[in-house]
Amino acid sequence: MSGGLAFVFGLPLAVAIGFYLLAAYERRAGIATGPGFFQRNGLGVGTYLVVAVGFWAFFIILLPQLAMVDMSFRPKLPPAQMGGPKDLYTLENYRYFLFGSTTSTAEWNWLHIKAFFLTIGVSIAITLLNFAISYPLAFHMAQSATPARLRVLLLLLILPYWVNEILRAFAFRVLLSSGGIINQMLMGIGLTSEPIDFLGADVGLYMGLSYAYLLMMIFPLYNAIESLDKNQVEAARDLGAPWWHIHAFIVMPHAKPGIASGCTLVFMLTAGALAAPLVLGGPRTLWFTPIVYDRFYQAFNWPQGAAYAFILLVTCIVFVLVVLKAFRLSLGEITR
Amino acid sequence: MKAGALQRVMFAVYAVVFFLYLLGPLAVMGVSAFNTPQYPQVWPIEGFTLDWFGLLLADQDMMAGLRMSIWIGFLVVAISVPIGLAGAIVMTQIQARVRSAYYLIVVSPVLTPGIIIGISTVVFWRQFTGQTGTRFLYDGVVLTVLGQASFISAYCMLIILARLQRFDRAQEEAALDLGASYPQVFRHILLPFLKPALASAAVLAFLSSFENYNTTTFSILSDKTLTTVLAGRVRQGTTPAISALAVIIVAVTIVGALAYELYKRRADAAAARRQRAALEEEEAELSGTPAAALA
Amino acid sequence: MAAAVELEGVNVTFGDFVAVKEANLTIEPGEFFSFLGPSGCGKTTLLRTISGFIEPTRGAVRIGGQDMKGIGPNKRPTALIFQNLALFPMMTVAENIGYGLRVRGVPRHERDEKVKNLLIQVALTEHGHKRVSELSGGQKQRVAIARALAVEPSVLLLDEPLSALDLKLRQHMRTELRAIQKRVGITFIYITHDQGEALTMSDRIAVMNAGVIEQVGDGRAVYAEPRTPFVASFVGENNAIRGRISALEGDIATLETPLGTLKGRNPVGLAAGEEALLFVRPEAMQLRANGSTVGFEGETLDVAYEGSVTHVTLRAKTGQKITASIGANAGVGLPSAGENLRIGFQPADGLLLARPERH
Repeated sequence: MSGGLAFVFGLPLAVAIGFYLLAAYERRAGIATGPGFFQRNGLGVGTYLVVAVGFWAFFIILLPQLAMVDMSFRPKLPPAQMGGPKDLYTLENYRYFLFGSTTSTAEWNWLHIKAFFLTIGVSIAITLLNFAISYPLAFHMAQSATPARLRVLLLLLILPYWVNEILRAFAFRVLLSSGGIINQMLMGIGLTSEPIDFLGADVGLYMGLSYAYLLMMIFPLYNAIESLDKNQVEAARDLGAPWWHIHAFIVMPHAKPGIASGCTLVFMLTAGALAAPLVLGGPRTLWFTPIVYDRFYQAFNWPQGAAYAFILLVTCIVFVLVVLKAFRLSLGEITR
Repeated sequence: MKAGALQRVMFAVYAVVFFLYLLGPLAVMGVSAFNTPQYPQVWPIEGFTLDWFGLLLADQDMMAGLRMSIWIGFLVVAISVPIGLAGAIVMTQIQARVRSAYYLIVVSPVLTPGIIIGISTVVFWRQFTGQTGTRFLYDGVVLTVLGQASFISAYCMLIILARLQRFDRAQEEAALDLGASYPQVFRHILLPFLKPALASAAVLAFLSSFENYNTTTFSILSDKTLTTVLAGRVRQGTTPAISALAVIIVAVTIVGALAYELYKRRADAAAARRQRAALEEEEAELSGTPAAALA
Repeated sequence: MAAAVELEGVNVTFGDFVAVKEANLTIEPGEFFSFLGPSGCGKTTLLRTISGFIEPTRGAVRIGGQDMKGIGPNKRPTALIFQNLALFPMMTVAENIGYGLRVRGVPRHERDEKVKNLLIQVALTEHGHKRVSELSGGQKQRVAIARALAVEPSVLLLDEPLSALDLKLRQHMRTELRAIQKRVGITFIYITHDQGEALTMSDRIAVMNAGVIEQVGDGRAVYAEPRTPFVASFVGENNAIRGRISALEGDIATLETPLGTLKGRNPVGLAAGEEALLFVRPEAMQLRANGSTVGFEGETLDVAYEGSVTHVTLRAKTGQKITASIGANAGVGLPSAGENLRIGFQPADGLLLARPERH
């Protein structure tokens, strides 16, 4: 385990030395001119910059992620045996995800696998749905709304997002519960005689998830479309291009970074959502994040939880990479 | 022109449905906060009551969670804004060949699901504090602040970076030329220039921290924040007291947003008025008629 | 007394690009000195080298006799007025002006006193408390000047500070800048691509082209006695005629050109048989000249009446266009378009310079 500590302190040190050597090399090669880093910022500010960024990059971002990955390859052991002879790297936690407990009779761990793929599939569907819902409004706001109306629209959009995720999910529970206003209305106009169990059928969950991250789609879209020269759309319209043609070949190609940005954000937030499934999910609801949560706080199997979290992380990374590749964009273009 | 009219009608219908979807649930919840039944109910309105607000304020756990959330929010602001500032400045100075790798690392928390950040923070700090004999740091508040700081610092960095890219290097050179040292340039020129971005970053950092659940639920350990208490309450059962909480939050933000808008409009109008006066004065000077003679 | 600024063999290169080549120059205390040249000629680089933002690749910069090597911009006795002025938007006018004193640790009351005086000097007494964004263009200009003067520099450097202003204000500011310089008596080094600015304000002008200082002299010298073809054609309008020198008599040389045999002064001492360019100013051209001048035939293309002068464009038989500017009192009848006439000039008004080598 002291090997772990050596790594924790050695990595930042090695990177610091790397930067020092790189700076020395660039100065000698004449690539870097002008004052050096500490001369440029002064000793005080320079130290602050290095310490703040170093602490953030290593102790808040990188090392925790590495620790989680490391743990996911270790067996579950009582604290006394950690670092002992039994603490060897193993694929057990990943095997469990696929095949379940060694004592179980089923061939595959269907419950977890199904929940995983359902989560991915539904997240993709919600991402596409949110794009379809948001695009017309984002286009209107960016291209044809007057400044006064734009201000009102922005306020109306942001308003629900001051309320936190749990309360937003809770609102759907109030809305869709068996005694809720939707069921009352449906029964009132005679469409159904019994209240419909929206929550049990996961309709509430999916609606709540879509609702929860709508804003993360609208704003990147709005920002991207806003930078499109209004004359381009006018010119295309003058030339007699049909409306779908204008959107497919002028607006959307221009808004590509915004679309990619919105899609990655919504997917990541949906697939990683925990509040909505907890509030709106029923006992039979399949969703991956509550399963991860339960590894920690029901099964008390941290290494297994770490493995599950890592699977989710890899999925999100793959999704981001696929989107970037499909849209031919760099990471910098979608995180503005 | 008929097609245009049809399109407008379609868009109007769409917009109404959209905002009904967006605001409807909140409105429903809002109404239920004032209705008397035990279960949050909109219709029929059985009676107007403020009891649910009283119940909310009497809820000790909720109030303790609220205080904790505010405290954590301030700590996150105090850590994330300086880190985001440093991250943005380093971005503009780091060697070109490692810039994209650096960017990838510091922006990755934005694209990482919150629960993974919470989990990894707990896993790392449990080991680290155990091995270095700093167990006292293995604390819900510390871990939550660290976990939230990972992505909130990235938000702050992106906000600050956007403004930093508009910074006119001539400003820095002008200060140097007048004899300022580099640290003085940082304090007198760069920081004041970034002030609006730092303020927005601070507000965003506080709000993001305040409403965070996914990361916090792991990193808070045995402590409780408002969101984790709330999650527990909501899972146990629904009461209109929760609706009352939402009403309070919405009311506070609307008042805040309106006050800010009003203040900004006034300041803008005053600045525009003074600038206009300056231009008129110059016009008068150049054409040889003293401004006073016209008055 | 040491020179205000001395450049000795200054070279500035960025990678392969040579921005300034072998600049040697002495600028005297109290002088209003301009660098004149097209954009990209290296004048801004030279200014930034003097102010310390760029270290010369080779050569020395001395200010007040002291070598500036390794001395940063914040330690030099120079003050720079930026092209966009670079006023600090987060400070008031008074704070802007007092900034240099503040970072020098001048005590508050002393600082306030000095700022007050400067505000009076630049006629902004009432505006000290305002934000920079509330000022007009001309007022901002004066704040920038006051801010630079506050630190009592021995050299004030100005990087095209008037370029953002409209014409009327620009002309007004020329007079004002010159007046301020006379009053404070320090060296001004002024960068511009506008020859009008350079000629009206400067004691001396350095004309730069492609990183090289081509000529240094007062306004009259660079206009009337250019030493290189670039200076001759960049400063003021000029007609250039190519030819080969055939005979020399005193300081007048005879030149064989496609337009015929012409004559001009030969101040740089070109030898017979050398390729040369003959420069004749439009205002030295005479229409329907008699035998006392040298000249050639041409067809009138265009007559542009401009009040005090009329610009006549002619096409010589080789196709080359020649411009003549005729004063309103010249007593010459103006030609009409299409008219053929003889155009001539006094040999003393022609100027022969070596043709630049082809690259």
